[in-house]
Amino acid sequence: MIEINHVNKWYGPSFQALKDCTTSVAKGEVVVVCGPSGSGKSTLIKCVNALEPIQGGDITLDGVKVNDPRTDLPKLRSRVGMVFQHFELFPHLRIVENLCLAQEKVLGRRHDDAVAKGMKLLDRVGLKDHAKKFPAELSGGQQQRVAIARALAMDPIAMLFDEPTSALDPEMISEVLDVMVDLAREGMTMMVVTHEMGFANKVADRVIFMDRGEIVEDAKKTDFFGQPRSDRAQKFLSKILQH
Amino acid sequence: MIGNFDFDVIRRALPYLFFEGMRFTLTLTALAAFGGLVFGTLIALMRLSGYRLLGRVAGIYVDFMRSLPLVLVIFWFYFLVPYIGQWLTGASRPITVGAFASSLITFIMFEAAYFSEIMRAGIQSISRGQPAAANALGLTYSQTMRYVVLPQAFRNMLPVLLTQTIVLFQDTSLVYVLSITDFLGAASKVAQRDGRLVEMYLFAAVVYFVICSAASFLVRRLQARIAIVR
Amino acid sequence: MGTGTYLDLLLSGLVVTLKTSLLAWIIALISGCVIGVMRTLPSRTASWIGFGYVEFFRNMPLLVQLFLWFFVLPELLPKSAGLWLKQLPNAPFWTAAIGIGFFMSARVAVQLQAGISSLPRGQKQAATALGLTTMQTYRYVLLPMAFRIILPPLTSEFLNTIKNTAVAITIGLVELTGEARSMQEFSFQVFEAFTAATVLYLIVNFIVATAMRFLERYVAIPGYIAGK
Ligand SMILES: Nc1ncnc2c1ncn2[C@@H]1O[C@H](COP(=O)(O)OP(=O)(O)OP(=O)(O)O)[C@@H](O)[C@H]1O
Ligand SMILES: [Mg+2]
Repeated sequence: MIEINHVNKWYGPSFQALKDCTTSVAKGEVVVVCGPSGSGKSTLIKCVNALEPIQGGDITLDGVKVNDPRTDLPKLRSRVGMVFQHFELFPHLRIVENLCLAQEKVLGRRHDDAVAKGMKLLDRVGLKDHAKKFPAELSGGQQQRVAIARALAMDPIAMLFDEPTSALDPEMISEVLDVMVDLAREGMTMMVVTHEMGFANKVADRVIFMDRGEIVEDAKKTDFFGQPRSDRAQKFLSKILQH
Repeated sequence: MIGNFDFDVIRRALPYLFFEGMRFTLTLTALAAFGGLVFGTLIALMRLSGYRLLGRVAGIYVDFMRSLPLVLVIFWFYFLVPYIGQWLTGASRPITVGAFASSLITFIMFEAAYFSEIMRAGIQSISRGQPAAANALGLTYSQTMRYVVLPQAFRNMLPVLLTQTIVLFQDTSLVYVLSITDFLGAASKVAQRDGRLVEMYLFAAVVYFVICSAASFLVRRLQARIAIVR
Repeated sequence: MGTGTYLDLLLSGLVVTLKTSLLAWIIALISGCVIGVMRTLPSRTASWIGFGYVEFFRNMPLLVQLFLWFFVLPELLPKSAGLWLKQLPNAPFWTAAIGIGFFMSARVAVQLQAGISSLPRGQKQAATALGLTTMQTYRYVLLPMAFRIILPPLTSEFLNTIKNTAVAITIGLVELTGEARSMQEFSFQVFEAFTAATVLYLIVNFIVATAMRFLERYVAIPGYIAGK
């Protein structure tokens, strides 16, 4: 589904954020990406739907080359859902309008259909009663669940998550993770940047460990947690599992 | 049209334009900026002093000035200053005031309102801990202001104050309505005398543009440096 | 002449002031919006054009700009077009509205640019990730928020526009200040005329400021605190 081949990326002329990264995510697979701060996790995931351009290598999404100038990027992006660390709901739109905007403007759905779809997904994340509220009237965990519903409303073929729980208070983390676990069990293709190793343990098929722009380790979940091969991954794991 | 653009008109007028016109403009700008800053700071201190009445008076003055077009204020002062002078000096008739004095008073009073708002924002941007720390060291209110708060506020506000001074420099061209020979007034007089409006007004525009662009470039540089130090 | 006629003259001056500033404000909003957006686009060319535009209109006194539009532009155009411009009925009005409009547009652009840049970067990314085009992203996501944020400074820019119309008395526009001034010449009732004009300006200021506060409240977003 997602093929990443020898990708190189620079910010500005001198800073290389991704160094020869190669990996892939098969259909229905859940891949967790972890690594220290500044290692390039967000950058990697943003390259997948071309939010960031790449300077070398190839990324293919469901057979479509992302870094091809002829690719219709808005159309491609509309088929990949993305969830951000800071939710990024549109504050001036009601919850249901947040879910409808792209359905109508990008997919061209009729308003009624978009609302129906939106309500169905809100129900699924347990927030049907909040449809008429504005984002700022919801808690962080609720906002993030809305953001997931907003992405799902586009009927994505894959979902990208960039630290979806790291801006949340501890008691709200599980309500978001629950939604994600359900999604994974239903067979959604997912690429998830997170430090929630419990989540990784539960549903991930593979774990990717990044450091300083490189993919240091790319292993089956059991192998990764069993015996990570690199020192850096071991150190990182012991640090975040300490608590 | 461009074909018969007469550069010589400009060349011949240069001494008049700069030694009379620009000198007036720059002197007025500098003195008005200085006076405006002094009065502006006083007004800002009045507003922040905590004395209700003092603060109200200063606030009304600022709001009043900022509600009126500068052109109207120029007319007001041009008309009023002789009477105020009479009242102040106790003379029997309205005193005669030169165009320069009249416009200088106008610009000081007008700019003070704008400068005071900048200074007020600057003073308020200093964290409350600073005056508290100064008080704790035993400094009086005026010492605290003079040695601790104002220097910091002034530094933070310097780019904004300079930008406002560039605006002031541009606004001095409005003394045109009193037929005063500032830079634009001089250009306009030559333009009308020689029937060369295109040349003179274009030249004036270029001169203003060059000066203001250079000045705002320097202010941006300064701003970047202050931002780093902070 | 009775006081009634004086007041009539001042009121007709006020109407000219309001008409001119409204037209100027429309021009300022439209072109300021385009330029402000251009300055936030990733394209180097677009942001340079935006920068040049703002510098051009900010670094010359308004009075000089009005002279350029009024005296210089007709001479630089082909003869017939220049003649047509000069003979336009109401030329001071159109010149003032256009000149002040472009002058203010640079200020609107700066405010809007600041407003857009103050939005979290993730907003643009989220909209893009949903498949919205750049146009749609601005239209539905960035601009609605940016305009809400800059509503207070825009209010004072609108008030500045009204005040700036007084500069147009130099090209013969007889607006409020101009009417007061001309009364001085033939009636000697300077004090009354200026006082009346001053009061009218204060009233206009008050009405605009109050109306904008209502607008601010009307478009406010429940639960949203600016800067959060
Ligand atoms: N827009 C940008 N311009 C320049 N440098 C950037 C930009 N975005 C990220 N970087 C740099 O690229 C590197 C990788 O950033 P990235 O956000 O991908 O890290 P990350 O692994 O997601 O870290 P975190 O866990 O803190 O989110 C960092 O050193 C960062 O400073
Ligand atoms: Mg990140």
